[in-house]
Amino acid sequence: MVESKYMPLDGANAVSQAMRQINPDVVAAYPITPQTAVVQHFSQYVADGIVDTEFVAVESEHAAMSACVGAAAAGARVMTATAANGLALMWEMLYIASGVRLPIVLSVVNRALSSPLNIHCDHSDSMGARDAGWIQLYAETGQEAYDNTIQAVRIAEHPELLTPVMSCQDGFITGHGVERVGLLPDEAVRDFVGTYEARYSLLDTDHPVTMGAWDYTDYYFEHKREQTEAMNRSLPIIEAVCAEYAELSGRPQPILDMYGMDDADYAIIVMSSNAGTTRTVTRALRARGVRAGLLKPRVFRPFPAKQIVEAIENCKAVAVLDRAISFGSPGGSGPLFTDVAAALYNHGISGPILIDYIYGLGGRDTLPPMIESVYDDLQAIAASGERGDMVRYLGLRE
Amino acid sequence: MAQYETPRLDRPWTEVNPGGVVLEPGNSVTYITGTWRAMRPVRDTEQCTQCLICWIMCPDAAVAIEDGEVTGFDHDHCKGCGICAQQCPVNVKKPHSFTGDMGKVIQMVPESRFEG
Repeated sequence: MVESKYMPLDGANAVSQAMRQINPDVVAAYPITPQTAVVQHFSQYVADGIVDTEFVAVESEHAAMSACVGAAAAGARVMTATAANGLALMWEMLYIASGVRLPIVLSVVNRALSSPLNIHCDHSDSMGARDAGWIQLYAETGQEAYDNTIQAVRIAEHPELLTPVMSCQDGFITGHGVERVGLLPDEAVRDFVGTYEARYSLLDTDHPVTMGAWDYTDYYFEHKREQTEAMNRSLPIIEAVCAEYAELSGRPQPILDMYGMDDADYAIIVMSSNAGTTRTVTRALRARGVRAGLLKPRVFRPFPAKQIVEAIENCKAVAVLDRAISFGSPGGSGPLFTDVAAALYNHGISGPILIDYIYGLGGRDTLPPMIESVYDDLQAIAASGERGDMVRYLGLRE
Repeated sequence: MAQYETPRLDRPWTEVNPGGVVLEPGNSVTYITGTWRAMRPVRDTEQCTQCLICWIMCPDAAVAIEDGEVTGFDHDHCKGCGICAQQCPVNVKKPHSFTGDMGKVIQMVPESRFEG
């Protein structure tokens, strides 16, 4: 284990520090609130000669991801950052990156997607990209955003995966919130990420290859099957990278962060910054004798279905907190809920009563009394056996 | 004209290259796109001036040349797009040797006239 040096940093700056230490070959990016600070700080490191990175200032996020795809195809270690509508503009190229298996790392500072226009946090941007073939990590704190960024490089570049990684944190809440962040020594990060040797490079004229070629009805299906297999087998690889990083940093990096789940009757599953609020409420309730528990997935793609089912199968009632709506899904629920519900069914578990709360859209504050009301609801549901509304809204004026 | 090794179309997904990266340069020649063709370019060899504009303009490199002269079309790869006929700058002085029509030296003929 190495000693971290602690600094007061906002989450965006914490990511830029990780990028400085990773020293990627190419960064192509376009500014959008609340991601701007990531690239703003990083571009200063480029201007000051602190990193060797080729920084490409592009005209849009579509161009940013396109430049990243080109650079990664040339064999470079590539990173970028975006949020909300910027991520939406990258959409087409997200699939190119994952389909060609280019291990790009994308820092997403989660923000609501317009319309109506809103710059504050929810997960509607990255949740829409959950089927794009990218691994998705979600950070509770600026510290986790820093740690996840470094681990994302190793996960993406793992020879068995070669799959791009989206490392997400909550816009403004952690993105602009200053906290105490422990930075590893520069050389420790440099040694951890190592040197990237691309399997193929378009610049290697001695071994010419073609990427992104026409793939007709005869082979497209087989290539997609191979791609989904890589994602399907990725969890143990992610866990191994996380374990190595945990040993290096002294900070645990579980796939599922759990609190009180050993004996919980009532559980809340929530990702990103609100897990902090939920943990505080859970701790207070447990002190009062309520068997409450928190489950925070750090990894959403691939979905850790088996691990989540094993954690909640003995609960009486479970609430999923979704910071995005999957419009038109059963009951208008959120994407985390639909995956948890499917996981329970697929593992033959029907014990816990499962409900969903849509919360925090457009940066709406989700405060401790609201989380406590969720636990109240869960206890009432367990006592009566009546589920009531499957999809509910937390912090909405009704 | 198919003297190429036909690509294997029976590989299971466990044997495909991740990302669909093509490792054999120049193998698009094995991909027979001539079957897409609905119209075939036919050149009046007598009235052709060998200006080579069709050879320059063909997007599929399907105009065959030998010693600086057009010798014919590569029907394994010509998709019948008609650019050669459109770009052919030479108007025939007498009816086209195949179609019997006036117009360009290269003219597009329905593929059905060559089948069966």
